[in-house]
Amino acid sequence: MDFTFNEEQTLIQDQVDQFVQKEYDWETRQSLSNSDLGFGESNWQKFAELGWLGISVSEDSGGFGGSAIESMLIMEAFGKGLVVEPFLETMIMAGSLIDDYGSDEQKSSILEPAISGEMHLALAYAEPQSRFNLSDVVTEAKAEGENYILNGYKSVVMNGPSANKIIISARTSSSQLDENGITLFIVDSDSKGLSKTNYKTVDGRRASDLTIENVSVSKDNIIGNLDSGFEILDSAIDKAILAISAEAVGAMEVLYKTTVEYTKTREQFGTPIGKFQVLQHRMVDMFMEYEQCKSLLYMATMKYEEGAPDAKKAISGLKYQVGKAGKFIGQQAVQLHGGMGVTDELNVGHYFKRLTTVGTIFGNTDYHLKKYTSL
Amino acid sequence: MDLKFSEADVTFREEVVNFLETEYPDDIKEKQDKRIPLEKDEIVRWQQILNKKGWFAINWPSEYTNQEELSVTQKYILQEELAKANTPTTIPFGVGMCAPVVYTFGTNDQKEKFLPSILNSEVWWCQGYSEPGSGSDLASLKTKAELKEDRYIVNGAKTWTTLAQHADWIFCLVRTETTDIKQEGISFLLIDMKTPGIEVKPIITIDGSHEVNMVYFDNVEVPAENLVGEQGQGWNIAKFLLAHERSGIAGIAALKRELSRLKDLSSDIPLGEGTLLEDVQFRSKIEETEIELTATEFTELRTLAAMSQGGSPGAESSILKIKGTELQQTISELFVEMLAYYAHPFYLENEIGTNETVGPDYAAPVMPHYLNYRKVSIYGGSNEIQRNVISKAILGL
Repeated sequence: MDFTFNEEQTLIQDQVDQFVQKEYDWETRQSLSNSDLGFGESNWQKFAELGWLGISVSEDSGGFGGSAIESMLIMEAFGKGLVVEPFLETMIMAGSLIDDYGSDEQKSSILEPAISGEMHLALAYAEPQSRFNLSDVVTEAKAEGENYILNGYKSVVMNGPSANKIIISARTSSSQLDENGITLFIVDSDSKGLSKTNYKTVDGRRASDLTIENVSVSKDNIIGNLDSGFEILDSAIDKAILAISAEAVGAMEVLYKTTVEYTKTREQFGTPIGKFQVLQHRMVDMFMEYEQCKSLLYMATMKYEEGAPDAKKAISGLKYQVGKAGKFIGQQAVQLHGGMGVTDELNVGHYFKRLTTVGTIFGNTDYHLKKYTSL
Repeated sequence: MDLKFSEADVTFREEVVNFLETEYPDDIKEKQDKRIPLEKDEIVRWQQILNKKGWFAINWPSEYTNQEELSVTQKYILQEELAKANTPTTIPFGVGMCAPVVYTFGTNDQKEKFLPSILNSEVWWCQGYSEPGSGSDLASLKTKAELKEDRYIVNGAKTWTTLAQHADWIFCLVRTETTDIKQEGISFLLIDMKTPGIEVKPIITIDGSHEVNMVYFDNVEVPAENLVGEQGQGWNIAKFLLAHERSGIAGIAALKRELSRLKDLSSDIPLGEGTLLEDVQFRSKIEETEIELTATEFTELRTLAAMSQGGSPGAESSILKIKGTELQQTISELFVEMLAYYAHPFYLENEIGTNETVGPDYAAPVMPHYLNYRKVSIYGGSNEIQRNVISKAILGL
């Protein structure tokens, strides 16, 4: 057993931490989040140049052959700065899916430009009725000659507005809730019949709802095999859960530390409020929740990397803990900052909002507790 | 002991229901049901409709309203029906806070000057209590009022001032003396917001709304006659008012409405082969909340019953503040859970209720409400402070 990172991993960790500390102060983050694009295009180019975008992509697909551990380190550092650039959406959710299951043609035409920062991607899996169930798919695709015709609707597609290509899950056979009969299609964002409703999300990021009306997609744009999209989607979401959990752990660390520092300086009744035992114990609990999350994050990431048989169970356990701890730490950080905690001006409320959405994305605590029990 | 309503109470309830059917304006109802924030003039219109019927200033002694006082049970029924119909919450700063201070501690001139315009909602009030350095430790406040001949000169800053942007007057706690015991140098002053030297700056909260403000005072001249009670007696008035603010803070009737709405909406959300409401995990959270809510309702009723026997709302009101705000937060959280991904699209107040939004038509205000309601365990004396009150005043620790 070894909890240390190797030299390359330590290097990348330092590099991303440095970036967040020196080039991603709170004002910068807010101006990027509030811009039309919702993130910094120059930052994205920088990530590409530094090799971060392709770090966990296999060498065969044009990446640097890293593992989920490198992604974890990047995401944890991003979480500390509440980085809004869509690394999770483009590289982990969609990118790793193509890396693991895409054809050579798909890798060279999509993954390579994504790694070099020229293309943005999104994964459209949720539907108005599906909640977190990846196999609840009503959007359908019907064969017509060499093409498939897609019709349906996709909900809250993260990074939808910037994505040039969107991976869409659609039903090619079986009925609404079946795991069999789902196929993944790579669809051009400007396809005829595809319309996006774009909006800001509460965590300062961007998403779209997609209306899909007779969108024609060639068979070459199917990822993996026909009707076998569920397994692909499920494994991509596992990877994404590891990544978003790392981001959450980074955000939790900032929140508990910020709260501790604040209570040392904020004086009421002639003493720093951090001297009050009720608040001390609250902060101890925040700290412990963060540590517990980090432990499950490391455990689940290593199990995933080793291909352990209980890796999926570990991932659901992690996501449950992230939801629970994220809510507690987020709410208490706001509470202990008093009125300041609910202001838009202070960063604390924004960390709380991201932890709130992270708690829901890819399944909330109820969903993962149930999944954990079933695995 | 019994829980039955008398025949007179049943008749009263019918009267309220009939009143709401005929007098609750359709345009306001539509906005309320879509959770679109109301304009000031709409709130004023509704408060005036209530007042015409004698159901606005229900806690005032009848000598100031010229209306018959309702019994404790009638007040309970009225509030329950008003909430059930989702009528606008009345703004408490004038009718529920400033007025009780004026009719309890004010001079006859002050009563004549201020009470009628509060009763008919012509004059809007806001509350100048917290300061940047004085939150939980309210008595450490620094805003200074110096008596020079017949006027006070006020300098300082107040924060978290709700609706100050719409207010005509502000009631303030100010420091008129520097004393060893900080509570002793505080006075209660009424200030016209149009007085030169007052500046209001918005504070935007995490839900993106503008509800609270900073209010700055730069050599603001206030006639000495606007002092309420004796100079240096402000802290007693503040304590009186805090107890007043906390009674009714639980908002039980509105919570019952929201919980029942949560059940209705979640019974329409498919989950696997059933609905979200049938899901064991979600359902048990709703039931737990319902039990807690019922307990809080009856704790409030017991408190009200004691008050009607001549008791005053003391530390017991702290229990209601804590339990009520915890329930408000829990229910707002369950709405977010119900929506799953559709809690995430973020819209500003003026976009709510338009066709621009995605997801179910009730989705847009849910997350802003959850975020906004983090304030309820902080304001009106944080829940930590309330627990201190209970441990000291009730448990004697």
